Amino acid sequence: MANKSLNVNGKRVSVAYDDPQMPLLYVLRDNLGLHGPRFGCGLGQCGACTVHIDGAAVRSCVTPLSAVTDKQKVVTLEGLGSPQKPHPVQKAFIDEQAAQCGYCINGMIMQSAAFLAKNKKPSEADIKNALANNLCRCGTHARIVRAVKRAAAQA
Amino acid sequence: MTIQISRRDALIGSGALVVSFSLPLGGAQAQAGAKPLALTEVDSFLAIDKAGKVTVYSGKVDLGTGITTALRQIAAEELDVPFARVDLVTGDTQLTPDQGNTWGSLTVQLGGMQIRQACAAARQALLAEAAKKLGTDQLTVTDGVISGGGKKVSYAELIGGKSFAITLDPKQPAKEKAPKDYKIVGKPVPRVDIPDKVTGRFTYMQDFRVPGMLHGRVVRPPAIGAKLESVDDGALKKIPGIVKVVREGNFLGVVADNEWDAIRGAREVKATWSTSQTLPDQDKLWDYVRATKVAKEEEYGKTGNSAEALAKEGVKVVKATYDFAIHTHGSIGPSCAIAEFKDGQLTSWSASQATHALRKQLAQMFALPAEKVRCIYVEGAGCYGRNGHEDAAADAALLAKAVGKPVRVQWSRADEHGWDPKGPPTLVDMRAAIDAQGNITAWEGDFYMPQQTPGGFLVPLVAATLSGLPAADHIAPGNVFQNSAIGYKFPNTRSVCKRLETTVFRPSWIRTPGRMQNTYANECFMDELAAATNTDPLEFRRKYLDDKRGLELLERLAALAKWEKRPSPQKAAGGSVAKGRGISYVKYELVRTYIGAVAEVEVDRASGVIRVPRFYVVHDCGQIINPDGLKNQIEGSVMQTVSRTLIEELKFDRSMVTSLDWASYPILKFPQAPEIVIELIDRPNEKPWGAGEPAAAVIPSAISNAVFDATGVRLRSIPYTPAKVKAAMQAS
Repeated sequence: MANKSLNVNGKRVSVAYDDPQMPLLYVLRDNLGLHGPRFGCGLGQCGACTVHIDGAAVRSCVTPLSAVTDKQKVVTLEGLGSPQKPHPVQKAFIDEQAAQCGYCINGMIMQSAAFLAKNKKPSEADIKNALANNLCRCGTHARIVRAVKRAAAQA
Repeated sequence: MTIQISRRDALIGSGALVVSFSLPLGGAQAQAGAKPLALTEVDSFLAIDKAGKVTVYSGKVDLGTGITTALRQIAAEELDVPFARVDLVTGDTQLTPDQGNTWGSLTVQLGGMQIRQACAAARQALLAEAAKKLGTDQLTVTDGVISGGGKKVSYAELIGGKSFAITLDPKQPAKEKAPKDYKIVGKPVPRVDIPDKVTGRFTYMQDFRVPGMLHGRVVRPPAIGAKLESVDDGALKKIPGIVKVVREGNFLGVVADNEWDAIRGAREVKATWSTSQTLPDQDKLWDYVRATKVAKEEEYGKTGNSAEALAKEGVKVVKATYDFAIHTHGSIGPSCAIAEFKDGQLTSWSASQATHALRKQLAQMFALPAEKVRCIYVEGAGCYGRNGHEDAAADAALLAKAVGKPVRVQWSRADEHGWDPKGPPTLVDMRAAIDAQGNITAWEGDFYMPQQTPGGFLVPLVAATLSGLPAADHIAPGNVFQNSAIGYKFPNTRSVCKRLETTVFRPSWIRTPGRMQNTYANECFMDELAAATNTDPLEFRRKYLDDKRGLELLERLAALAKWEKRPSPQKAAGGSVAKGRGISYVKYELVRTYIGAVAEVEVDRASGVIRVPRFYVVHDCGQIINPDGLKNQIEGSVMQTVSRTLIEELKFDRSMVTSLDWASYPILKFPQAPEIVIELIDRPNEKPWGAGEPAAAVIPSAISNAVFDATGVRLRSIPYTPAKVKAAMQAS
């Protein structure tokens, strides 16, 4: 068993691990007890596990722990905002009631937040393309796009 | 609002209700199974504590549809308490009444109305009691406080912590509140779960943990029906967290003290399986379906003599065959469950839509009396029917029993795509006769679908089947006969459901089971007949409909979609992209929710790619509980069904499903998502009917009809892949 220091949601944490190939997703969920990043496919195909590493949207299910350095800033949905103090994208998702089961929503918000940080005035097509590799099965697409547009307009 | 309590009510109680405020709830409820669960008891559905907090117990669960909000609205409204004061417990076999599976868009329609009636009876009893206490029958209720004669008494003071002990008598239902007085029902109350879901605070089944829990993974056979010949777990010795490799018959699983080691163990265990090739050649699937033995023929919607009318001299006979591919539920979160055996009792936590039914199955599998099994619902990813949740629960129970500790089983993506039960393939032959005046004189349909075990909706559990433990032998695709009959008034009609003895994969219900496939064939064929008689497709439907609500819906749909009255196909506009519109309509199961939809499509002639830029939907489900929740459900139905219509098809070889991930079973992506324009028809004084799956029923046919309008080419085989579209255009 080895230990590794990580910066997660602004806090310095130490995680014990045996296999350096263990994906970051399991570190976040099992070692740190976070609920934001979700297991959806383990293949980087659906986006449910998305987190930010230094502001970029990354699929944590295919990111081995060994690829994350202690200098990098890992942010999960919990670190983005809280029910009391939601991030503008989270608030826009609440305002638009943009969830059904909500299982994919972590990925939708993390992907959108990273996208909006670099694209201030996206068109609807830009938003749809930015989310093209995030899957939603409930069919909440229209609301999600509206929420991202709302967040963009308020940024 | 002032409520007049009759003198009789005030003096002797409330009509037929027997009111007892004397039973202390706390002590009794602490005992397992002591809480009333019968559908005839108010206490089964409702408790009010000493602080005035209302707890509603619902056997129907929230599958991501927002019903935890809608059911609270119904209860808060009927009781006259603030929305925020109502709490909800769902899907716990020890605490909630068995209101049936959460399926068929029946949660509000059936479950919600049972809760409404329990609340109405409770309120009536509380008012009667208050009348006695306050000495007046002129009472008002505000936020759970009853006032009259200058005095007040709260629900908490009257009943707090005690039982109602009221029996519900369906023959003498309690008087419910008049819809004109509604303040909470009918309003777009924001969903209670969304703030936590968008901030990572929500606990899904996949997040749920119990103390001392281990992690399990299953190792499924590479072929359906393959036998487990040998297991070599030598490679697992180097994985420190491995607890046990569990083998029972053809069931194989790995248990570890942490999740990643369980995953590694399941990957690295070497299992040898026998070869098994039980599946038909997918290229000849429809021949296989047609050749399958018919176990039973069921006849629906018979009027006149359709065979005679079809054979009549001088009529024009139109025929068409439609097929609809095998679909998987495709939950974004693969199934997950935890089980614990303790003191001779099995506790199962899962996202099952049917905890009461699952209890029966687990009891059967482990030879336990049902009262020794408790199934508790914890919300998971949307399931859209009976997916793998129950199977994961059985996996967890088997592993938990083997290691004597609680075990959590998380399915992989391949487990979910490969082993959840499937929406069966459906084939439909349609025939109609048109007389010389252009009237439809006969309508017939033959619908090929698997049989349904009478009254048996227990889809066999994979772990039970593999291990050889007792399992239900039900074939349960759901009530897939529904909507095979039509609501149009043709003189001679007959729909025959050919219930096949078997089907390709273990079947189950997936959103809008049967209603989608049957409505697809019926509404496409309606369009074919409209074209054959050179009639506008909307006008054609109106001509044969004598249903006032249906006709109003079609009128409003025409206005919403700015429907241009003309026959299809449109006159060739040329160009590389053909544009068209198509309509579809249905009265769900012919007895409830009305839905009409218009699809706008663009067909790229060169690539065969269909785009659906816009859908218009008009929806009448009677009384609306939460209009925004309803719209969310309709939008979901449209999106998911556009995906199923254009893209989805489960692939398999002779041994096994080969669509084991999102690359081999693609679904709709954002750039393909249509705009959806919805008009809700609210009828507050009518019964609330189901919403969620009805809207999905009309989507495939609306698209098909729009493609015909655009191109003059009929597509009759779902999904409408570019290859099929190109082939159809070349053939025409």
